[in-house]
Amino acid sequence: MSDVVEKTLTALPSLLSLDSQPGAGKLSSTSKLGQFIRNITELTSKHEEEKLIKKELAVIKDQVSSPYTTMRQMRELMVRSMYCEMLGYEASFAYIHAIKLAQQGTVLEKRAGYLAVSLFLNENHELLLLLVNTVLKDLQSTNIIEVCMALTVVSQIFPKDMIPAVLPLVEEKLSHPKEIIRRKAVLALYKFYLIAPNQVQHIHGKFRKALCDKDPGVMTSSLHIYLQMIQESPDSYKDLVGSFVTILRQVVGGKLPLDFNYHSIPAPWLQMQLLRILSLLGREDQSTSETMYDVLNESLRRAEMNHNITYAILYECVKAIYTIHPKAELLEKAAKCIGNFVLSPKINLKYLGLKALTYVVQHDASLALQHQMTIIECLDHSDLLIKRETLELLFRITNAQNVTVIVERILSFLRLCNDDYTIIDLVGKVAELAEKYAPDNEWFIQTMTVVFSLGGDLMPPDIPSSFLRLLAEGSQSEVDDRQLKVYAVNSYLSVLNDDCSHLPQRFLQVISWVLGEYSYLREGLDQEEVILLLKKLLDQRGVSAETRSWVLSALTKLCRGSGRAELALAVAESLSSTLDTVLRQQGHELRHLIQDGSLHARVLPQPAPANSLEVDSSLSFLDGFVSDALAAGAAPYKPPHQRQEELGQQRAPTLEPYALSLPMSLSSCTVTDRQSPSVLSMSSGLSANSTEPSQRAGVATLMLEGVKRVWGKEGYLPQRDTSETPATVEEPSDVVQSSHQQVVIDISQPEPEPEPPQLDKKQQLASSLFVGLGSQNSACLLGKTEATVPRFRRKPHLNDASSSGTSERSSDSSHSSHSTADSFLYGGLLEEEPATPIQSSRHAPQPIAASGSCEARQHGLTVNGVDENRGGAVVCAKEEKRAHPTQLIESDMVRVRPNALAEGAVVPPQNCSRHLPSTSSCGSDSEVLKLPFELQNLPHSDIISLISDSHLCISCCRVFREDALLIVLFLSNSTEMVLCDVALELSCEELQMGSLRGNVMESMAGRTSSVCHYTVFMERPHTHVPFTGTVSYQTQPGHKHTLHFSGKLTTADFIRPLVLSTEEYGKLWLSFSHDVKQNLRLLTDAGDPLIATLNVLKDCLQLHIVDIIGSEGIVACRLLDGAPCLMHCRVHGASLAVWLRSSLSSFPDCLLYHCQRALQEH
Amino acid sequence: MRFMLLFSRQGKLRLQKWYTATAERDKKKMVRELMQVVLARKPKMCSFLEWRDLKIVYKRYASLYFCCAVEEQDNELITLEVIHRFVELLDKYFGSVCELDIIFNFEKAYFILDEFLMGGEIQDTSKKSVLKAIEQADLLQEVRVCDSLNWCPCAVHFSMPTTNKCERVSSVICVCLSSACLSQEDESPRSVLEEMGLA
Repeated sequence: MSDVVEKTLTALPSLLSLDSQPGAGKLSSTSKLGQFIRNITELTSKHEEEKLIKKELAVIKDQVSSPYTTMRQMRELMVRSMYCEMLGYEASFAYIHAIKLAQQGTVLEKRAGYLAVSLFLNENHELLLLLVNTVLKDLQSTNIIEVCMALTVVSQIFPKDMIPAVLPLVEEKLSHPKEIIRRKAVLALYKFYLIAPNQVQHIHGKFRKALCDKDPGVMTSSLHIYLQMIQESPDSYKDLVGSFVTILRQVVGGKLPLDFNYHSIPAPWLQMQLLRILSLLGREDQSTSETMYDVLNESLRRAEMNHNITYAILYECVKAIYTIHPKAELLEKAAKCIGNFVLSPKINLKYLGLKALTYVVQHDASLALQHQMTIIECLDHSDLLIKRETLELLFRITNAQNVTVIVERILSFLRLCNDDYTIIDLVGKVAELAEKYAPDNEWFIQTMTVVFSLGGDLMPPDIPSSFLRLLAEGSQSEVDDRQLKVYAVNSYLSVLNDDCSHLPQRFLQVISWVLGEYSYLREGLDQEEVILLLKKLLDQRGVSAETRSWVLSALTKLCRGSGRAELALAVAESLSSTLDTVLRQQGHELRHLIQDGSLHARVLPQPAPANSLEVDSSLSFLDGFVSDALAAGAAPYKPPHQRQEELGQQRAPTLEPYALSLPMSLSSCTVTDRQSPSVLSMSSGLSANSTEPSQRAGVATLMLEGVKRVWGKEGYLPQRDTSETPATVEEPSDVVQSSHQQVVIDISQPEPEPEPPQLDKKQQLASSLFVGLGSQNSACLLGKTEATVPRFRRKPHLNDASSSGTSERSSDSSHSSHSTADSFLYGGLLEEEPATPIQSSRHAPQPIAASGSCEARQHGLTVNGVDENRGGAVVCAKEEKRAHPTQLIESDMVRVRPNALAEGAVVPPQNCSRHLPSTSSCGSDSEVLKLPFELQNLPHSDIISLISDSHLCISCCRVFREDALLIVLFLSNSTEMVLCDVALELSCEELQMGSLRGNVMESMAGRTSSVCHYTVFMERPHTHVPFTGTVSYQTQPGHKHTLHFSGKLTTADFIRPLVLSTEEYGKLWLSFSHDVKQNLRLLTDAGDPLIATLNVLKDCLQLHIVDIIGSEGIVACRLLDGAPCLMHCRVHGASLAVWLRSSLSSFPDCLLYHCQRALQEH
Repeated sequence: MRFMLLFSRQGKLRLQKWYTATAERDKKKMVRELMQVVLARKPKMCSFLEWRDLKIVYKRYASLYFCCAVEEQDNELITLEVIHRFVELLDKYFGSVCELDIIFNFEKAYFILDEFLMGGEIQDTSKKSVLKAIEQADLLQEVRVCDSLNWCPCAVHFSMPTTNKCERVSSVICVCLSSACLSQEDESPRSVLEEMGLA
């Protein structure tokens, strides 16, 4: 051995001189990379740099393709080309060689090769396909380092389509003995989950294993996946709450190895991840929240060190506390924390404090009051970010009283701002506030003018269109509307009279539309003047063709009357030679309309009738043309997204599939331009239901006034006079015990002498900003909720019920008067009266009606058939209406569902009719089967007889509770005898049985009945689920009788409507992976086929129709309160193309099956 | 995390790592714009920035700016600590790191980053284990150096990281373990070291 060592030592010097590479830091000048970098840094001009790099690249290119280059040299070359790429020069010739290096090199070259690949290529690069094999090989390698490299590159860039190829290998690595490999494998799976969630769905079980891994690092990594999954469906992971709480408790308690400490805080990343997960799980779930109070408290207590990392944890903690079910004690502590943040002299913490405040203020507005002086100081902060966040906070606390001050603040910020994203965001917010809280017309128009001129052409198009819609539709008061319009006309005339060359196109469009539509309202205004102004606009340079077209249509509206006609004619003439065909056509139309006065009056009646314009968005007037064309051999039209589907390029064709995309320029092409605003408004009306920006929906929930404040607690409810600012601010000073106290006192006890004017100003500002908040509490207490009514309340759309869908109507009916509710209910009943007698009885609003009418009807059913039974039903209904007027009002909220699907399987009709007389004779003896009181208001099926013998009669009713199906079994003793030891058993393999009640009785008196319920759950959808049951009883001791019964349940019994907005629908849609497409029959017998078909489905299967847009409808439902299923329907020729998506694999198939049956049976 | 950038005060890009697929052209544009925005900020200002639809968290260490883009809902403070931890790692590896270390050994910096963050999420919170992983790989690198010298076919040549980068080269120890090397060809060098009780 000694000679070996000797040899080693003698070789050392030579080794050192040769091997300069690993000596990190200083590269010797012999290294080409070092030399190259040095050369570059010495250069002074960009031009020289370019020249040098071009030369360098040429050299590299030459060497790279030489067959004599060794792998080691290649590695060096790759590093050099990476450097060139980083400087912004393309070295695309090296890409393939990087892949080759990763493929063929030994470990160290491989590492460089992989790095080069991950830097050069992005996920979509086609060369990546060549890498797949290499990665596969390395994943199977026995060398840990190679496996690590492969996993790293897999998580860095990997083509989505190739995931299935490596997935089994990565999965296998989850049980690798080395924790580093397991950790990397988990993270690689996390990455897969992010880019293709459906690919990794089957390995959820393994994630659990990773979560339980003995290595804390692996466990931490698995939390990334859990956070994602829990975000998507918190309900599926409630069972893990206990484990998460335990882990967090251990971490906080310092049970992890010291390695995981970061600046003596135990595993902060892990802590934060857990806090986030817990807040998601505890949201709106009291019992879950209760389990985590302790550990949250502990986290708050432990995180007391003055270091960024503890503040980060505290911030997450506070957020969690305000997200989960509230607990007074924790809220108080969290509020204190927020105070510390806000008052901190460190700017980063202040920002975070404001952010937390913005988050919290939705729950508890009084916190903003406490910090009002700080907020005001932040409003004038030199850092724009702080200012911006403060405005965000103010936006959340805006109400009718402080809106002018806040909007003024935001607008003045906007004037100085030059970041597009901020402008778009804030402009939208101002428009929203203005619409919601505008104190008067004047202010509203002025504010919108500023919004339009500041927002410019960046502004999302829905702001001008909703503004115009507001003008066009108006509010409830005529006088007010007129005033608003006149004011708009006046202010826009003055805008046009000034220099308007700098105005954005959108604003000009709005102006010209308003002038064209409403300038006649202003008395004493010469229309010629308006025309001249518009004409000036038309001639102005820099006005886009689209705007010109708007101006022209305004002119068209104004051109009646002799003097005006001539002016307009001149315009029309001047356009006759323009190159823009749209304008030329409009000019042409203008000329025609001027010449034909009566046509003009018909096309464009002077006071534009509001709401009377109906846009046939399905273009049905073209049907003839289309069918002719089809007959002549034309290919049927396919909407763009279908074409895309068929190309199979993308799974999710468009990001916003439900927006009605009517290009604005299209609407202004024809004479029907009069419709352009209504087309606009219609499209935005639809999008109001659908893809309106999220903030709109989000903010609607943020209106603080009148909202029941769940988060309020004793300490915060007392009102504080807002003018007494010092007192309010002083309040936290007794709780803040740190250095911040100084700050608090500074603010709260200002010396009046040195700076009175400034302070005064601030106080003033404070009282004007926070005015609504103080009184809000009292308003809330007094129950004064009218204050929240938005100023511009839109008229209800009476004539677009067809587009707004039935869901709206049904919700309307619950508010409307008694009689309309009834007529709707019964009107609907009659229409949907099915042909078979049995089914009709199931449509009755209350299955057990007043016994007399019920009997009459049921006799009618069996004897007379359809006609009679309709009459019977009506009689029954009417009688009942008279009998229980109060109940009826409730009953239109009670869902009664037809059981067209299931009952055939349960009891054959003859069977039923045979037993009915006996039941009803039973009934006449004052014994009517009645649901237990607590279930009566739940939607339920009719009570049907299952089986009976001479003693006992068993009936069944299904009650559709939101979260479960209750099978209610009625046992009625039809004899005078006492039955003993009655025992009932129900079993079903596929379903989960929940609680049961009343299935064993010692004795049952004659002529009585008893009720027994089973709660059943369905976790995996099955088309049909058979259940069997037995009842045993004894008439006399020793004489045991047994009755067997069976029945079937279907998925339909477990489907519940899922009420959500179109926007939420869109989001959900993209997140689901299991999809099924099929064509269904379209019901063409009545009215609009789509609506008719969807209504049938809705009634049979309790689906929720989210929205109907043109020939497409979207529908949502879920399996009890679990997995949702979304359905997208499109009328396609004579059939309905449906596309279902769900998170459960078998759900779409099941639902489709039931849809088919429902339509068949209809 | 969406991406991480390292650039100098002069606006020279030193390192870039993208965790979401972005087109090359957008990358360049974003880097350029972001550098301008960040370099224009004053030292007393907030370390956070709302830029486009992203949240930018940056910190300056000497002449280098470290800049991360995170999602709106991410915690800014912890991102600052991610940056700090990365700097600590670089420091430990290079031994009081300076900009030149990163310029000349940028690929090493990438390796460290890859070992620290994976897919945009922090992979290993323990400083020790990150460096251990890097050293293992480095070790391998240097084994091959010996191979290429053809001095001893089974030489294991490794360097221990020291705080002083100048001493690094001199702390090279060469050990010949003919039997161990041959029998454990496929094993990672770490296990060899473990056997020696050195790791």
